[in-house]
Amino acid sequence: MDWSLFLQHMVNAISLGFVFGLVAVGYALVYGVVKLVNFAHGDVFMMAAYFMFYTSLIFGAPWLSAVILGIVLTSLLGVGIEKVAYKPLRKYPRINSLVSSIGMSFLLQNFAVVVFGGIQRSFPVPEPMKKTIVLGEVRIQAVSIYTIIFSIIVVLILTFILQKTKTGLAMRILSRDFDTARLMGINVNRTISFTFALGSGLAAVSAVFWALRYPQIFPFMGQYPGSRAFIAAVVGGIGSLKGALIGGFVLGLLTVLIPAMFPEYSGYREAFIFLLLVLVLIFKPNGLFGQEVGEKA
Amino acid sequence: MKRSTRIMLSIMLIIIVYIFVFFAEKYMDPFIKRILNTGFIYVILAVSLNLINGFTGQFSLGHAGFMAIGAYTSALLYMSPESKLSNFFMEPLISPLDKIHIPFFWALLIGGLMSALMGFIVGAPSLRVRGDYLAIVTYGFSEIIRSLFNNLQNITNGPLGLKGLPTYTNLWWTVSWAIVTIIVIRRIVDSSYGRALKAIRDDEVAAENLGINLFKHKVLAFVVGAFFAGIAGGLLGSLLMTIDPNSFSILFTYQIITIILLGGLGNITGSVIVAIGFAFLMEALRFVEMPMKIFGITIPGILGMRMLIFSILLMITILFFRQGLFGQREFTWEGFFRLFTKRKVSQ
Amino acid sequence: MRKLIIFIALLLSLSITFAANEIMIGVTQPLTGNYAMGGQLGLRGIEMAYEEVPSVLGRPIKLVILDNKSDKIEAANVVTRLIEQFKVSAIIGTYSSALGIPGAEIANKNKVVYIAPSNTNPLVTKDKPFVFRVCFIDPFQGTVMAKFAVQHLKAKTAAVIYDVSNDYSVGLAYYFRDAFVKLTGDPKSVKVYIAYQGGDQDFTSQLTAVKKANPDVIFVPAGIVGDAALIAKQARELGLKQPLLGGDTWDLPQLIEIGGSAVEGAYYSTMFDVKAELSDKTKPFVEKYRKKYNEDPGYLPALAYDAYMVLIDAIKRAGSDNPEMIRRALLTTDFIGVSGRIRFDQNRDAIKDAVIKTIKNGKFEFVTVIKGE
Repeated sequence: MDWSLFLQHMVNAISLGFVFGLVAVGYALVYGVVKLVNFAHGDVFMMAAYFMFYTSLIFGAPWLSAVILGIVLTSLLGVGIEKVAYKPLRKYPRINSLVSSIGMSFLLQNFAVVVFGGIQRSFPVPEPMKKTIVLGEVRIQAVSIYTIIFSIIVVLILTFILQKTKTGLAMRILSRDFDTARLMGINVNRTISFTFALGSGLAAVSAVFWALRYPQIFPFMGQYPGSRAFIAAVVGGIGSLKGALIGGFVLGLLTVLIPAMFPEYSGYREAFIFLLLVLVLIFKPNGLFGQEVGEKA
Repeated sequence: MKRSTRIMLSIMLIIIVYIFVFFAEKYMDPFIKRILNTGFIYVILAVSLNLINGFTGQFSLGHAGFMAIGAYTSALLYMSPESKLSNFFMEPLISPLDKIHIPFFWALLIGGLMSALMGFIVGAPSLRVRGDYLAIVTYGFSEIIRSLFNNLQNITNGPLGLKGLPTYTNLWWTVSWAIVTIIVIRRIVDSSYGRALKAIRDDEVAAENLGINLFKHKVLAFVVGAFFAGIAGGLLGSLLMTIDPNSFSILFTYQIITIILLGGLGNITGSVIVAIGFAFLMEALRFVEMPMKIFGITIPGILGMRMLIFSILLMITILFFRQGLFGQREFTWEGFFRLFTKRKVSQ
Repeated sequence: MRKLIIFIALLLSLSITFAANEIMIGVTQPLTGNYAMGGQLGLRGIEMAYEEVPSVLGRPIKLVILDNKSDKIEAANVVTRLIEQFKVSAIIGTYSSALGIPGAEIANKNKVVYIAPSNTNPLVTKDKPFVFRVCFIDPFQGTVMAKFAVQHLKAKTAAVIYDVSNDYSVGLAYYFRDAFVKLTGDPKSVKVYIAYQGGDQDFTSQLTAVKKANPDVIFVPAGIVGDAALIAKQARELGLKQPLLGGDTWDLPQLIEIGGSAVEGAYYSTMFDVKAELSDKTKPFVEKYRKKYNEDPGYLPALAYDAYMVLIDAIKRAGSDNPEMIRRALLTTDFIGVSGRIRFDQNRDAIKDAVIKTIKNGKFEFVTVIKGE
């Protein structure tokens, strides 16, 4: 393999990895605080893409305002889902919330099929985002560079919120123990709502970058990034924001390099990736970069 | 009530069921018969998943994967060599599978055993991984199976799937296997094994302190559950006449989970009733996707409506019927007669 | 009173002989459910053909149309009913190969002629002497694109990117490679043969491998049109300039809507085009269809129309509605339909021409017709 080819593959891997990573951060945030594997995250992501598509299509809103409106609507949707589907089950075993999130994912997908129709639509991409940067024989998408910069900024902002703000402190305490948090006078419901608003907002932000890179939207578009982000979050150490980014990167690398190195086995890629997920869960349940948390039941 | 009386009553019930099957096979509309067949296959699936998820508390999302193994193994054994030859027109089926042709019953049994073997492999990690993490591991396993089946062109025919499977499945087969499943799992649950399984479900650490071998019991649940899932897969393949890797996706597992949640986790009676009802409901729901004429105005059918209603149903079950429709009330002959006598008294 | 009874009896017997005089033809299509769109379009073609030719051999034709509800099992049940209840002599089959295979099997078992209008899966007719089809099969489409690449585009090397979880895609890719190697005589002429997984949105890895190999053409038999559009987009972004080739799944407006300028200059094969002069019957058919439905006919109505006409032609030549006689007549068919000349090969699949289309200035355009063998 020559250098320019290798570099192109690495560029492909990194840009894909950061898109996965950005979706995974949202997963990790919700899991970290509420300890819920939110299967519906990918479908909230899908709804975000449709919100933006329709606000810019129907109201002819300028691109940026459509995006911002989309993020706000998605945050509200996230909070609503939490209130309806997760809050009533908080006192029950975690498996109930898990099934509920599966049901919610299913519900959102079918809702989208009925309301938006099953066909693919084209997502509007503004001109500056369409550019390709050419460096010798290597080509990079302008969107990919924005994605990488933005992902890092997002993680920095989230870290700041978690470490330096009062709400962040509340979230961190909540992630340890609900009862203690309540005893310390923390408004549990409000903090959880805030977490979901933040997580769903993140899903919307990642949906923007995803749709800019892969501009087709359809009701099942959340499945693939959703499952990838979820694996990334687990591999990186679920609950850890930095781990989610790194997990996304590892996954991007695998997704790109398996077909690149072994083209005849490119069809087995999914099997390899899920095998990685299973092995990590069995032998290193805290992920490659997660902290030791002890209780894992 | 004496044990022997109960057994006698149960045998009588089974005989009545078979008399029904006899007449149904002869005179019933093929459409209704097909729904009934599907319903009994759901019964096998729901009761077997209930052993893993309900009685042992090991949340598994791998049932569709077990079904796929059973469906493919049995189909490759009971299909005729000529039919296999015409199916594998891109890459030939590997030897000796291309020549084997065995009766349906043995093919089903081997399919179930292969699936049970897979159950052992999937169940083993349950000692290290728990709760939602185990759910994810089992989901991962079922995705790995799907990916392998899509790629192993010379064994599974890849995404082209197997077509033109002979239709052996009828009510005799599905009802008999459903009865076997119910009896076997009921016996396990009522035995000392069953008590150990429930102890594990309620408190794993305490169960281990009581000297219960966690590994042995959890794996047992997985192996038995997977065996019957494999049988159900084989029956379903022969009923549908065509199988492909992508029809055994996580969606199928969700449907079975919906059934056992509605019937009540750890409730066999509930699973049985809901499974059959579910098969009819899914058929009945088709009408929402068809164009309807109301007062001379044609309302076009809305595609996807059926699945939307199904998912709303699933959410309602999860949120409002946390104990299922039947809770923990199992069918017993005593309860049956009490129901009877009570009614007489009230009259 | 007795007279009246005799009169009624006479009337009854008359109506029975009259009914027996009809030639019964069954039609099964998915009119509801997931494939309803395809079924409805096919039915239009059959109804148009029936309006033109409502009788044959001096006997009226009775069409029995049953909905298979886009369901595999129902598709089998419906064919059973057509045969047992309505005693049809021949059946014009359904949209979708998955629905067609069970029905074709039952028709063949009962020795009733079955003609599939648009099923391209090879298994539909395989080893079923009573089953025919008026369209080409997936392997042929792969071959056509290989031929087009070698003969028209003068390609010497190719790359194939296919969806490993999609049966259509896997089949087309396989037969394209086969034909391409045969036509170029170079076993290494397909330089890259690489898979992706349905659901994937990022194809840069596969495309980078293709770029390295630098083939003359890239064949993309995507199962979903959106995949094809994204592959085209990412190929252009990576600086690949080779022409892209595809199959009939590309024949949808979403290709241009999502692919934009990236699909410009790509070629794909399909079965019918209003501009392709496949025969002198094409034009009148298109005009009539436009008048009736206010839009251009696609391949589904055209093929269903031809399926009906081919069947009538065979009944005429057989001089009988006996299925075995119709079957024998069908074997020697040489019919000019709206979708071109139709003959059957030894597998009873139509030997037909394929239509090649391209995208020019953001619009689909007819290129050429590739002759069948």
